Amino acid sequence: MTHLTNLTLKIWRQSGPDDGGHFESYKVDEISDEASFLEMLDVLNERLINEGQEAVVFDHDCREGICGTCSLMIDGVAHGPQRGTATCQLHMRKFTSNVEIVVEPWRATGFPIIKDLMTDRAALDRIVEAGGYITAPTGGAPDANLIPVAKPVADAAMDAAECIGCGACVAACPNGAANLFTGAKITHLNLLPQGQAERFSRAEAMVEKMEEYFGSCTNHGECEAACPKSISIDVIALMNADYLKSKIKNRKSLSRT
Amino acid sequence: MSVDLVSKTPEGPIADKWESYKEDAKLVNPNNKRKFKVLVIGTGLAGASAAATLAELGYQVDAFTFHDSPRRAHSIAAQGGINAAKNYHYDGDSVHRLFYDTVKGGDFRSRESNVHRLAEVSVNIIDQMVAQGVPFAREYGGMLDNRSFGGAQVSRTFYARGQTGQQLLLGAYQQLARQIGLGNVRLFNRVELIDTVVIDGKCAGIVTRDLINGEIQSHAGHATVLCTGGYGNAFFLSTNAMNCNVTAAWRAHQRGAYFANPCYTQIHPTCIPQSDDTQSKLTLMSESLRNDGRVWVPKTPGDERPAAQIPEPERDYYLERMYPSYGNLAPRDIASRAAKRAVDSGRGVGPLKNGVNLDFADSIGRLGRDVVEERYGNLFEMYERITGENPYQTPMRIYPASHYTMGGLWVDYELMTTIPGLYCAGEANFSDHGANRLGASALMQGLADGYFVLPATIGNYLAPMLNKPTPGLDHPEFKAAEAAARARFQGYLDIKGTRSPDHFHRELGKIIWDYCGMERTEQGLEKALSELPALYDEFKKDLRVTGSGASTNQTLEKAGRVDDFFQLGMLMCRDALERRESCGGHFRVEYQDEEGEAKRDDEHFAHVAAWEWTGDPMNAIRNVEELDFEAVHLATRSYK
Ligand SMILES: Cc1cc2nc3c(=O)[nH]c(=O)nc-3n(C[C@H](O)[C@H](O)[C@H](O)COP(=O)(O)OP(=O)(O)OC[C@H]3O[C@@H](n4cnc5c(N)ncnc54)[C@H](O)[C@@H]3O)c2cc1C
Ligand code: FES
Repeated sequence: MTHLTNLTLKIWRQSGPDDGGHFESYKVDEISDEASFLEMLDVLNERLINEGQEAVVFDHDCREGICGTCSLMIDGVAHGPQRGTATCQLHMRKFTSNVEIVVEPWRATGFPIIKDLMTDRAALDRIVEAGGYITAPTGGAPDANLIPVAKPVADAAMDAAECIGCGACVAACPNGAANLFTGAKITHLNLLPQGQAERFSRAEAMVEKMEEYFGSCTNHGECEAACPKSISIDVIALMNADYLKSKIKNRKSLSRT
Repeated sequence: MSVDLVSKTPEGPIADKWESYKEDAKLVNPNNKRKFKVLVIGTGLAGASAAATLAELGYQVDAFTFHDSPRRAHSIAAQGGINAAKNYHYDGDSVHRLFYDTVKGGDFRSRESNVHRLAEVSVNIIDQMVAQGVPFAREYGGMLDNRSFGGAQVSRTFYARGQTGQQLLLGAYQQLARQIGLGNVRLFNRVELIDTVVIDGKCAGIVTRDLINGEIQSHAGHATVLCTGGYGNAFFLSTNAMNCNVTAAWRAHQRGAYFANPCYTQIHPTCIPQSDDTQSKLTLMSESLRNDGRVWVPKTPGDERPAAQIPEPERDYYLERMYPSYGNLAPRDIASRAAKRAVDSGRGVGPLKNGVNLDFADSIGRLGRDVVEERYGNLFEMYERITGENPYQTPMRIYPASHYTMGGLWVDYELMTTIPGLYCAGEANFSDHGANRLGASALMQGLADGYFVLPATIGNYLAPMLNKPTPGLDHPEFKAAEAAARARFQGYLDIKGTRSPDHFHRELGKIIWDYCGMERTEQGLEKALSELPALYDEFKKDLRVTGSGASTNQTLEKAGRVDDFFQLGMLMCRDALERRESCGGHFRVEYQDEEGEAKRDDEHFAHVAAWEWTGDPMNAIRNVEELDFEAVHLATRSYK
């Protein structure tokens, strides 16, 4: 185990949604390279409390890269410098001594700041509520092996389903678009045989709900680079294709009723 | 005066009990269901599945979570898989075998009738989750794949890579999201339950605190369901998420719900060992790794050579040696204790000598790297991210850590606590795992409770309440509970001492880990029971919480949770002290056989201990529910 020394953390402090916010600098004299980035913030917070100051508010929970709660911009990069890694899985061995590290919240119109580094990402839930499910009420399901799913299809659905809903894609996007998130959910469900009945109504409802809250995608590809699960932007192509088709299919099925 | 608890288990042969219960239970007609409001606290597997199903049935549901989204519940972190008695592989599995394995795995300290029901509905869970679009692993023909897990000799574990919990939770969350979108469920996110309210002997609702603006509010419901997860974070370092806590169950306990078997905690054998003092949590490496990894330590204490330089004859594959028939797949409690003994004997590996090897070299040789990567790639990556070491080249280092809590609120066959109208489901209750839980059985239990049990039992309580008035929010009991909660949180701010909640949590956790962890002794527990109240007194006098109660304040949230962990910790130690036997995860050094295996005392302890609140956890009253074993024979648990 070695230690990093003489770090300066420039952290965004904002007392509430209506406050303008500002950067505050904090010195970290020494930290073990085995510590995670969030453990370094724990150490800082412990010190702030000892000094009678308010701790820095930041979202986190599982610290295993799976719950999607942690959400920091580190030196301007969503989840920091290590690719395919959520903030909570980033360790100090990826940094060097004597540097300044800038820590900010997700910045996007769809994610208003609650306090300090914590944002409100509930808009992502609204997109799922609009259609990110398969309607299958409890109790009526047939035997699971009656619906065979080819392994490549199951694997591709799983690749998309790995999304942890952290919102890094939105934070990284210059337009604040949520296409990678929405595309991942649509791809997961629309690839599976169980998802076919609602395929086009799902695509239409989710995309339109997404547009209420988030900006438009102009194919920068920053989202894929920031995604802690390395979800491919191919999911956006599939979403766009299904959305276009939905415009025709949903109209046809409407005219039939 | 202690009382004997009545489980309300239906009469009849074990395999018919659940069917006959459902036939006899009172029903609420579909049009009347909307006249009932059910409060569901927690949106993990148990809570999301319960809330979604109750709403589909027509009840009005309010769902609460302290998370920002229902999808973040700690169930998301489960890795390995979920059991079900599908017998898709024709390897001899059946409902009875799953039932038997679970009772035996729990060291004969669970209620037979509940476990049998769990095994019965396990098959429906897989059907339900596949219908929701959960992308379980498949074989090339398109059928579902299975793996085997600790404590079983059949392959009955369904999985989705190393992210089974994530995929199951997303399935249940999406089903819940649909109901939220349809307006059948109201979601209260970033809202924490801080008290339950009992009026005229029934649960009338809850008091919550809004974590954004600190507002304290009451909610009334005809029935309340706690699905608030386990209390493994009492140890401070555990594999649980940082925010997991016991508050909901503990506050209900203080209002009259008995707390059962708090000393039954599971220490998981395969976690990454602690690396330094700033460590905030421990990370689990899924038990499924033991399918292909071999556990060993050097034979000689103090052997400093890197793993690759230690020749075969100088390695001790101690699980394979001691438990030849289960080998590396011995149940968790047994594997954990064996690892502790290996490390305590000076044969630990790694820079701090605090781990044992989990070695994949043989599997990589036998199966090829690709197969190993396909099975465990994401776990290997996670390991490398945390430790900076590559497990394809050097063995993983693992050590046991607090992981799961079998204890929890006592519930009867209907999942109702000792407070009428208050139910408890998922890890938060004590019901199905006895003194030790088998791998891949918690996900099964959470979904069994939420999808299939609660929705079938809650009507039995609600039906007679139709069109009868229930207490409103203006009832003085609600006002009194709100005032008490306000005073409690203001109280933490007013102490203005010198030490943070985290500071106390670490110290508290260390006491519980040292004396009420993997091995317990009478002397150690007595010591803990003198140290804990003293530290708790300091907490009440010297706590420092900065900031205010009127906006997001994680230090204040933590203070409330640590307060409850202190009281729980005392009860855990008391429970461990009173249970003068060893069983499952509860290992009392005084009670072991010549080979160091747990020695149960069925004559005196084949019962559930359910603790009753008296105002002071040090003086809680111990009640018992006798356990009858009709379908399985009490036997010494052997995995040799
Ligand atoms: C790392 C890890 C891996 C695991 N792997 C497996 C596995 O492979 N197979 C298996 O079967 N089991 C596994 N388990 C165990 C299993 O994941 C859990 O037991 C199970 O998911 C618990 O589900 P739950 O619904 O009871 O609670 P949780 O998922 O913990 O949900 C609790 C919910 O309650 C809410 N809540 C809690 N308190 C309050 C409050 N006061 N107010 C408001 N809301 C509150 C939370 O916000 C959350 O929504 C694993 C556990 C861990 C820690
Ligand atoms: S805290 Fe859960 S993903 Fe980072």
